[in-house]
Amino acid sequence: MNQVHNETLFDLHEVTFAYEGKQTALERVTLSIQAGERIAVLGSNGSGKSTLLKLLDGLYFASSGVIKAFGQPLTEAAFDDDVFNFAFRRRVGLVFQDTDVQLFSPSVWEEAAFAPMQLGLSKADVHARVDAALRALRIEKLRDRAPHRLSGGEKRRVALASVLTLQPDVWLLDEPTTGLDPRSQSWLVNFIVEQGRAGHTVITATHDLSIVDAIADRVYVFDEAHHVVAQGTPHDILSNTDLLLACNLSHDHVHRHDDGGEHTHPHAHPLAHTHAHE
Amino acid sequence: MSESVAVDQPPAPASMPAPAQVKRRNGVIERTLADISHTMGHTLFSEDIARHSGLLQSLDPRVKVISMLALLIAVGLSRNLAVIAGLYGVTLALAWRSAIPVGFFIKRVWLFLPFFTGVIALPALFITPGPTLLSLPFGLAITRTGAMSALFLLLRVSTSVSMAALLTFSTPWNDVLKALGVLRMPEAVILIFGMTYRYIYLLLNTANDMFLSRKSRVVGRLTGADQRRMIGATAGVLLGKSLHLSSEVYLAMQSRGFRGHARAPSVASFNMRRRDWGAFVVVAIVTVSAIWLGQ
Ligand SMILES: Nc1ncnc2c1ncn2[C@@H]1O[C@H](COP(=O)(O)OP(=O)(O)OP(=O)(O)O)[C@@H](O)[C@H]1O
Ligand SMILES: [Mg+2]
Repeated sequence: MNQVHNETLFDLHEVTFAYEGKQTALERVTLSIQAGERIAVLGSNGSGKSTLLKLLDGLYFASSGVIKAFGQPLTEAAFDDDVFNFAFRRRVGLVFQDTDVQLFSPSVWEEAAFAPMQLGLSKADVHARVDAALRALRIEKLRDRAPHRLSGGEKRRVALASVLTLQPDVWLLDEPTTGLDPRSQSWLVNFIVEQGRAGHTVITATHDLSIVDAIADRVYVFDEAHHVVAQGTPHDILSNTDLLLACNLSHDHVHRHDDGGEHTHPHAHPLAHTHAHE
Repeated sequence: MSESVAVDQPPAPASMPAPAQVKRRNGVIERTLADISHTMGHTLFSEDIARHSGLLQSLDPRVKVISMLALLIAVGLSRNLAVIAGLYGVTLALAWRSAIPVGFFIKRVWLFLPFFTGVIALPALFITPGPTLLSLPFGLAITRTGAMSALFLLLRVSTSVSMAALLTFSTPWNDVLKALGVLRMPEAVILIFGMTYRYIYLLLNTANDMFLSRKSRVVGRLTGADQRRMIGATAGVLLGKSLHLSSEVYLAMQSRGFRGHARAPSVASFNMRRRDWGAFVVVAIVTVSAIWLGQ
């Protein structure tokens, strides 16, 4: 457990969001997240996880309801203010689910340098941050490669590095384990644990139940109607098989027994552990 | 990109019928589209040649970019066919000295040329007034002046396109962008260049994937009408994807602090060596004499 400060980072009240005014993605969502918490957002495909992260990052704005971050309402007008925009962007970093949209620079080095350049850091600082990030993700060898020509897992690491150079204290991670090999996956879990220890807030959207216990202190569950249907500790949520089944987060498992009989029972994978020794 | 997809063939189970020895032909449209996306992929995005060793590869990207611009100006200003033809010859010689297969080079450039020039050159053949070269039915006639101006245009465009192709073949794209940055090209323009290139790459990849995934699902032959419908649908999906992509990329940039004015990182650490200065001087002489001779 991390030290959770008594500062409310994000506060959502009855937030509804619809794409182009039609396609509902979030429906009357109310939740609140404290600074220093590690949160997992669970939900099946299309339940609204990515949309939530984009709202939290101030990229989309609520169709109705109120979102507050750092005590300020997140509205388009708020981001028109350069001072607020700068302060918000340097604190909050979002790693997109689709790495192809996240990586737009001609080389890995420039990709990682993009965020600190926008912050207006000195050349020496930019170099130092980029070098450190590439080292941390073990991708120094890729520094001159074009990001769009990398493998899926390599792209994911570059995407992480490109936000790491921002040194945010709030991380929004959208399905970060997708495409990672087991070693990189356990590295990532470790990374989230470390960020939590450093007092940073980490909000992870995922449907990978096996990592939830390791990366979260608290879990929010979305259903297919884009509502928050449950919240609780990883243990509470993961042991609630009915809930997981109802939200399509676990599946029925068919067993065949030696006597030839068959039976079906709900089955999740919450107990698969990742051991990271690094 | 678009390497042929090597699929490990699992040993066929005994019940699998052996493939009949019949050549299956894909539809004409489908083949043409696949060809175009494949060729574009190879010409625009292959950096193999840029990694070979050769004359142009050994030069500083800045020198190459400036040289190309200077020679393009010379081509544009010259009013002498022989001079333009000479510059085309120089381009081919450079290709040959830079490990670019000359046949491949000529073919690639001329393959795309009709798209650029045909539309403009063709009417010029007929509508330019002047002494008649060849009379055609319907009172049409190819005039001498018309033929000359069409020839000029064709040669100018092919030489210019060849020069641009030479630069992109012999220089990794990142270096071209960096060189533009060093040469004080506005950062926003460079950012746009870089992203355009990436979009095209991604879209071509998507188009290829879509062809492949359809191919893997289609059992039996499609009628021509079905094919056209599918290609129409594919094009629509691609357009939708590119729109989606551009708005998402913009969000990703915003998320990392982008405010509409790019601060592109410049990592350029080029250094001019003796051979770069030499090349620079040679190009300057060639450019000036071409302009002078071409008057
Ligand atoms: N750009 C868009 N335009 C229109 N509708 C969209 C767009 N993006 C998402 N949606 C819709 O909004 C809803 C929520 O999508 P979202 O991407 O937030 O889901 P998700 O929980 O992240 O799903 P996944 O697990 O598949 O990533 C879905 O019904 C989806 O169809
Ligand atoms: Mg998502």
